[in-house]
Amino acid sequence: MARDEQVPGIRPRPSLGRRLDIVARHSFPATSTVLLMLLCGLPFGIADQAMLLPAVTLAAVYFWSLFRPAAMPPPIVFLLGLLLDLLGYLPIGAGVLTLLLVHGLAGQWRRRLTQQGFVTVWLVLTCLGTGAAALLWALTSLLSLRLMPPGPALFQATLTAALYPALSVLLIRAHRTIANPERA
Amino acid sequence: MSISARQVLSKLTLPVLIVASFALLLVGKADTMLADRARMAFGDALAPIYVVLSEPLGRVRASVAQVTDLWDLRAENARLRDENERLRQWQATALALDAENQRLKADLHWVPDPTAAFVTARVVADAGGVYARAVLLALGPNHFIRRGEIALDQSGLVGRVTEVGARTARVLLITDLNSRIPVILEPSGGHAIMTGTNGPRPRLLYWSDGAPPREGERVVTSPEADAFPANLPVGTVRFTAANVPEVQPAAQLDRLEVVRIFDYGLNGMAPPEAARPPADRLR
Repeated sequence: MARDEQVPGIRPRPSLGRRLDIVARHSFPATSTVLLMLLCGLPFGIADQAMLLPAVTLAAVYFWSLFRPAAMPPPIVFLLGLLLDLLGYLPIGAGVLTLLLVHGLAGQWRRRLTQQGFVTVWLVLTCLGTGAAALLWALTSLLSLRLMPPGPALFQATLTAALYPALSVLLIRAHRTIANPERA
Repeated sequence: MSISARQVLSKLTLPVLIVASFALLLVGKADTMLADRARMAFGDALAPIYVVLSEPLGRVRASVAQVTDLWDLRAENARLRDENERLRQWQATALALDAENQRLKADLHWVPDPTAAFVTARVVADAGGVYARAVLLALGPNHFIRRGEIALDQSGLVGRVTEVGARTARVLLITDLNSRIPVILEPSGGHAIMTGTNGPRPRLLYWSDGAPPREGERVVTSPEADAFPANLPVGTVRFTAANVPEVQPAAQLDRLEVVRIFDYGLNGMAPPEAARPPADRLR
């Protein structure tokens, strides 16, 4: 908001309601990601449901890191990673590291990627998702001192890529409406 | 703070946090109990939500299943009639054998096995993650479940309780990569170890030379190592195309809804808590 006040112009009085509105919009990416993560744990009775959690978390962090990085700063990514490790029964720190790396890379490529179309963004996520699944696999294998079967990692990478289009429809809509601080 | 200092600081956050995540990895490896406790606390907090939501979700699942059931009602009916016929024959055999068994036991002054106490619990969430197979159970606040107790569904062995929280317990399934269960093959009586692979069917290993597993044999638990009671049904032997003996679990591990937790009073294969002082173990 400090930046907001430096720009000259006419704007509504910063009443309590308006300030709350801005905070809510600003925190939407983080809270919606947490809610999505909790939703993945519900007993839907789908086979291999555990794969959903890392895939959804990765896609959401990637999306918000690209399109609204101010609302997805590294400390938030760190906490989301911790939540991923706890809910997803991954070795503590593995999800944190993976998400931070995805966030960092998305931040690096942000300038170029956000000007590209959907397909490029999706392809980059597919690559990042594969890398993330491989990293999680390697860390889990390393920390449990045994070679984990590679099947789940492959499936997880595929699921990340496959879920992104559907998820991005929701996220893009939210990005333009609920999560847009300029609409407050 | 000056603008340049703020910029430097914001650029430093990510590298510092990445270093912190490495530190977390080390801490998590050094003290696995810490992570387990954090997870159970999380599970305890979320379990009430899962319990509330599992009811309507279960109803949705049931109605979906009903529609698919209606679809193949005729075929199912024919199959069931066929199976009923066969089961009726088996029932006659079983009743005759049971009567004979009672008679022989009476002659031998057989001491019956103590019946174990059990509690029934609802499965509320998948607690496995990508590289593990486990489920989370919702329990009452004053439960007496301990680690190492044995979970069964209506038709077979499900797994063992590995972590216990205030309102939840985690059951490691027999298909998990870390699961090793001594089993006996029937009727040959050969011993083997059943090891999970994270796949749907655990494998058989280390069978004795004299009694290799055969297709279709029944697999039951072995009382060896004092971790399981004898004769709990586990599944049947199946060979893969590569001629590897696997066990088709009798329990429906992919759609567990309710399991029974039995306390057989066994404490073989000492669970980690056994290393702690005895006062702690009484819990």
